[in-house]
Amino acid sequence: MTKPVGVLILQGDFREHLQAFERLGISAIPVKRRSELDSVSGLVLPGGESTTIGKLARIFDLFDPISTAIEGGLPVFGTCAGLIMLADEITDGIVGQETFGGLDVVVQRNAFGNQLDSFEVDLPFSGIPNPVHAAFIRAPLITSVGPKARVVASLEDGRVVGVVQNNRLGISFHPEVTGEDRIHSYFYDALVCA
Amino acid sequence: MSEFSKPEVGTPLVKRGLAEMLKGGVIMDVINVEQAKIAEDAGAVAVMALERVPADIRAQGGVSRMSDPDMIDKIIEAVSIPVMAKARIGHFVEAQILESLGVDYIDESEVLSPADYVNHIDKWKFNVPFVCGATNLGEALRRITEGAAMIRSKGEAGTGDVSEAMKHIRTISGEIRALAAKSEDELYVAAKELQAPYQLVHEIARTGKLPVVMFVAGGVATPADAALMMQLGADGVFVGSGIFKSGDPVARAKAIVKATTFYNDPAVLAEVSRGLGEAMVGINVSDLPAPHRLAERGW
Repeated sequence: MTKPVGVLILQGDFREHLQAFERLGISAIPVKRRSELDSVSGLVLPGGESTTIGKLARIFDLFDPISTAIEGGLPVFGTCAGLIMLADEITDGIVGQETFGGLDVVVQRNAFGNQLDSFEVDLPFSGIPNPVHAAFIRAPLITSVGPKARVVASLEDGRVVGVVQNNRLGISFHPEVTGEDRIHSYFYDALVCA
Repeated sequence: MSEFSKPEVGTPLVKRGLAEMLKGGVIMDVINVEQAKIAEDAGAVAVMALERVPADIRAQGGVSRMSDPDMIDKIIEAVSIPVMAKARIGHFVEAQILESLGVDYIDESEVLSPADYVNHIDKWKFNVPFVCGATNLGEALRRITEGAAMIRSKGEAGTGDVSEAMKHIRTISGEIRALAAKSEDELYVAAKELQAPYQLVHEIARTGKLPVVMFVAGGVATPADAALMMQLGADGVFVGSGIFKSGDPVARAKAIVKATTFYNDPAVLAEVSRGLGEAMVGINVSDLPAPHRLAERGW
């Protein structure tokens, strides 16, 4: 019996992630408590406000368990705020903002500006045939990629918006709000079940 | 042939998408940089920048308008979370000004004095998304038809009395359930009765939910109030006067954020409700004479 995938539901668009897995026929459960974290085969960190998600994780004693689980090899997939939470280093965070870490990258918060600069676009994604449809909403950018991480998605001008490191995936955009399920499928097949 | 498409801004998807990211969160009214920082530090998902919180608008009376751009600029500068600001109902020039300031969301709000008693703003003309108030499903659908990318049930702002917020979310949810139970041939009359476009009414009958995120506003003053609204199906809560008109805003802001996430865990709710000091004093909505009820502005 394989364990389900977990989606962290402290705040943000976790419902869209759960629905994406449901459409794919992949068993997924909400995670809000430490006990639930132990019963999943992988963890999705959804879009939302990284400052809020980080604080709630700390307050409800999930912060260190998640960090430790990632370090211990739990497959993880972060979108937008989730990418921020996975970055080893961030810029333009608030004072004292913490991340779980796990990706050897520097991520800049709100790198495109305010909501007026939010956009949708089709872009190629390494390992998935044909472009994916991506929504960037007050999105972060990966401004520096360390030797352990591998770029899987970039904008046309070359700015990096997706990386993989072992079984960890972080992207700047939201496939979960565009109905683009192939990245969830990729995460499950290539990183969780690998 | 490039694998990249041309990026598109201001689409319904990115407008509605930002509201999706705010779900499960608390949006707090703030009147200065200090309050904005307290809100961000407490874990608010966004702040609403305004010169007077509804309780003061109510107490001071007079015409209430868009805030000073200087004040909004300072708050945008001070925090990294999204900043919203209010324009008067129908005042599309205030909305143009707010868009040019780079706010992340505009609230076309009945808390301010309406500028137009007939028309709301044509929100499709803007790249910035709008949130609008509603007291029932028909009103929500009319706002969505005009381009609103997020709905908040109105409640009665500045009272600290949650009963109107309760009434409005129950009304909207109940009307959605009633619509979902109707047969196809009943939806034409339903659309007429709701005074909303048939296509939108049909979509809601089929999906059983609004096509945009719905937060609750107006009268939320305690962690229990916030959790109550979440249990009734709200996607998140706006807290206006409830935080900074209370005895200990820092503690209360944090407590309401926690309660909004753990809305269905009474043990957590009990814990976060302890030792918060005085709640805002509040006004019973039933004691408010009809002309002073803000929820009745907008149609």
